[in-house]
Amino acid sequence: MTRPSLKVEDLHVSIEDKEILKGFGIEVNGGEIHAIMGPNGTGKSTLASALMGHPKYEVTSGNATFNGEDLFEMEVDERARAGLFLAMQYPSEVSGVTNADFVRSAINANREEGDEISLMKFIRKMDEKMNTLEMDETFQQRYLNEGFSGGEKKRNEILQLLMLEPKIAILDEIDSGLDIDALKVVAKGINELRSDDFGCLIITHYQRLLNYIKPDFVHVMMQGRIVKSGGPELAERLEAEGYDWIKEELGIEDETVGQE
Amino acid sequence: MTAETKFPVNHNDIKSFSKDREEPQWLTDLRISSLEQAETLELPKPDKTNISKWDFTKFDLNGAFSAEVSDSVKELIGEADKAQMLMAQKNGETLFQKLSAELEEKGVIFTDFQTAVKEHSDLVQKYFMQEAISTNENRLTAMHAALVNGGTFIYVPANVEVDIPIQAVYTQEGTFGLFNHVLIVAEANSSVTYIENYITEGEPTQSNANIIAEVYVHDGASVHFGAVDNLSKDITTYVNRRAHVTGRDAKVYWALGQMNDGNTVSENTTYLVGEGSYGDTKTVSIGRGKQTQNFTTNVIHFGKHSDGQILKHGVMRDEATSIFNGISKIEHGATKANGEQTERVLMLSEKARGDANPILLIDEDDVTAGHAASVGRIDPLQMFYLMSRGISRREAERLIIHGFLAPVVNELPIESVKEQLIEVIERKVL
Repeated sequence: MTRPSLKVEDLHVSIEDKEILKGFGIEVNGGEIHAIMGPNGTGKSTLASALMGHPKYEVTSGNATFNGEDLFEMEVDERARAGLFLAMQYPSEVSGVTNADFVRSAINANREEGDEISLMKFIRKMDEKMNTLEMDETFQQRYLNEGFSGGEKKRNEILQLLMLEPKIAILDEIDSGLDIDALKVVAKGINELRSDDFGCLIITHYQRLLNYIKPDFVHVMMQGRIVKSGGPELAERLEAEGYDWIKEELGIEDETVGQE
Repeated sequence: MTAETKFPVNHNDIKSFSKDREEPQWLTDLRISSLEQAETLELPKPDKTNISKWDFTKFDLNGAFSAEVSDSVKELIGEADKAQMLMAQKNGETLFQKLSAELEEKGVIFTDFQTAVKEHSDLVQKYFMQEAISTNENRLTAMHAALVNGGTFIYVPANVEVDIPIQAVYTQEGTFGLFNHVLIVAEANSSVTYIENYITEGEPTQSNANIIAEVYVHDGASVHFGAVDNLSKDITTYVNRRAHVTGRDAKVYWALGQMNDGNTVSENTTYLVGEGSYGDTKTVSIGRGKQTQNFTTNVIHFGKHSDGQILKHGVMRDEATSIFNGISKIEHGATKANGEQTERVLMLSEKARGDANPILLIDEDDVTAGHAASVGRIDPLQMFYLMSRGISRREAERLIIHGFLAPVVNELPIESVKEQLIEVIERKVL
């Protein structure tokens, strides 16, 4: 099996006619973990949303391929079924739909008709993954994200990640709002997926998540594009010294792209 | 008045129809006087829906039909072995009926309308279109009284608790105009659960259904009334379900699945007359295609300490239009009454239209009342979220619709109605 790959080239994305991403490029392959770091307002979440196909973001130019196929030609659900996953910063609440029903529908959507997951198998898997994430079993029957705390929503995103086993996952600030214990639990879950068949793009403000999920590549985003790339040592330096040295080095005064 | 209405029937037709059925004189007379009223009265005027161009006269009173019990009827009465109180009618004729001998011995009456007027004439006459509804309210109630040709009579004597649900399935086929009347009388401290289904079978043909249900609830009695309306898109329907909760601490619970595919005016009215009486209405509706519907729920409080609850959720797809009116009326003297209502409408497409109108009319100071309403389109971010997990647009909509209706469906007090509804919803959202 060839390793999965996500390639993004010279991507420009606007929201309400304001350009947020200005020539972003990256390549994420199976077996690799990339971290995208950067101050607030530099376009990190826009990147995540645009790649998944969020209706508010408009791709104005550039291209992206997923396993060689044009990502932007695909509907949101097709991207997901091809193996792309986004753990969202602010997942929607859906009243009346239980977590279990939702996850089961999602799993079956990724399988052929007539080859749906058996209820027993599903329950076993769900129990196992919830156990990994130290989630209370009552979450199965609660309505999707309704009344969940910030941390509970994050865990629920990772639960879906573990249940769906995508090929490439984008984690959008999955660490914000998590205490250190929760962070360790979430990291454990993600580390379980590490293999040549799984690539991951972690978007984060903080280096601390990267203490538990060791990235292969670290990228710094400013002004809507990657301005510096390196290995895990780059993240450590950012943690120690902040972002100012990069701005100085590159002669950037305002790193933001306006609002995000 | 709009264009002269041509009635498909005249006095002589009615007379011979009544005679053929060996009806008591009072009913023949009532039919004839009602026909006269129908010729002069106007159509009802449901708030915010103009029905003046709807054709309520496109039907035959006789229509050939197959007298076999179809698979869809069998499906609805699935556990027929267990159900001991069962009635299946088609085009007004009873195909079969099952009664519990034990309940019959206790004096419970469960029979078709045609039999009831012969065998329990006095009892039917005492209630038929008296307190809960009048023949002369509008043209359609009058037409109903003139032409009633199907239905059921249920009588539960004092202190009898009917512990198995009574189920009736009414099938309409062909051009036959269904004028179905359900009359339920629950005497003091009795209780009963009644569930009805309306379905259409056979080739699609334009016709009418004109349905009235009357429920009389005496002291301390309790009636659960469940319905799943599922008539086809060619049937223009007027359905009016009323409860006269006369008794002290009497209770009525409505669970209505309003799933017709044709143009429909559906009224549901509860008169809370008795002190401490209780009325609870839960409805779910799905509109699709190009149908127009009006759902009006009234709870009218006369009794002190009466409590009325309305919960309505509706989903509009395609180019469907629906109005959801909820009216809680508290009359002067109904002290300590409580009226609450919630209407929620979800529109799935640009061309779907829905409106919710919660109305509180209060003529008494010492009461509590509240309402909530919302009308909205499907949240694109919810769709994005569900689809981002590989779920197709259609399946995502399906989940959101089920989720939207769940707060009502899950609360329905009658398990079999809940199950039937989930199935009908499933078919309608695909």
